[in-house]
Amino acid sequence: MEVGQMQRRLVDYTKSLFMEKGFLDAQFLQLQQLQDESNPDFVVEVVSLFFDDSEKLLNDLTMALDQPNVDFKKVDAHVHQLKGSSSSIGAQRVKNACIAFRSFCEEQNIDATLRCLQQVKQEYYLVKNKLETMLRLEQQIVAAGGSIPMIELGF
Amino acid sequence: MAASETKFHVLAVDDTLIDRKLIEKLLKTSSYQVTAVDSGTKALEFLGLNNNDNQDVEVNLIITDYCMPGMTGYDLLRKIKESSSFKDIPVVIMSSDNIPSRISRCLEDGAEEFFLKPVQLSDVNKLRPHLMKRRMQTNVNKRKAMDEIVSPDRTRARYNELQVK
Repeated sequence: MEVGQMQRRLVDYTKSLFMEKGFLDAQFLQLQQLQDESNPDFVVEVVSLFFDDSEKLLNDLTMALDQPNVDFKKVDAHVHQLKGSSSSIGAQRVKNACIAFRSFCEEQNIDATLRCLQQVKQEYYLVKNKLETMLRLEQQIVAAGGSIPMIELGF
Repeated sequence: MAASETKFHVLAVDDTLIDRKLIEKLLKTSSYQVTAVDSGTKALEFLGLNNNDNQDVEVNLIITDYCMPGMTGYDLLRKIKESSSFKDIPVVIMSSDNIPSRISRCLEDGAEEFFLKPVQLSDVNKLRPHLMKRRMQTNVNKRKAMDEIVSPDRTRARYNELQVK
């Protein structure tokens, strides 16, 4: 596949992440716009940090909710952190799942919070998959000597 | 080197690695020199270490997250404003939570700005006036210290020339 085709495929894929399903919001565009020659791996680095951070938090949450006496303050603290990092990267659906999660933490509702955890995990793995696909497409373009196209979305 | 040519030096404080990386990039993109630390304690250490007679490293602005374990951004703000050495350094607070009472308390207690996370480039652009104002103030104070005493009459005449139409 030649570079122009790859670039068009990337643009279409990225746009679908925003428009169709709301996986990503404008914050992700900000990250892309911040990337430049002095820091060409900025987006990859931030996304990797998000993956590491999230996986650790999801583990912590699973353990915290598995206790006989759940410490909801602790659970809320973890969700707060996950909400923050997903917000910083533009992972909109993960962020929204966290917001719902926090309200059930406040109610100290064990069943609802367990459901929320499943929801957050699902959203996380979905967006992780999308981001990995997108970054792979970008790598292919760069390897073929092309440049990564800037996405223009009328937000 | 004239003071106006030196890059402004911003001290960024955030316990989250992602947000530290983000704020550092935003600041560097806006041509600031950045030092990023992960706690209020480390921020104070950094200021203390460099506040010697040499003053080789000057911090022109502190931007800090609100929610941090141990010393919060608010605690750090208070410590800065209560310190004779550092109270004139502008402080900006960042928070992911939009709590009006929190925002007004920070602004009332001396924060110049309060940014909601995720912080945008447009937010970082708001920092420059605070930094320029302080740099000009510092320059004015230096000039005043060096000037001869100017007679009041001469000052009034100068103002009369500056009529705004």
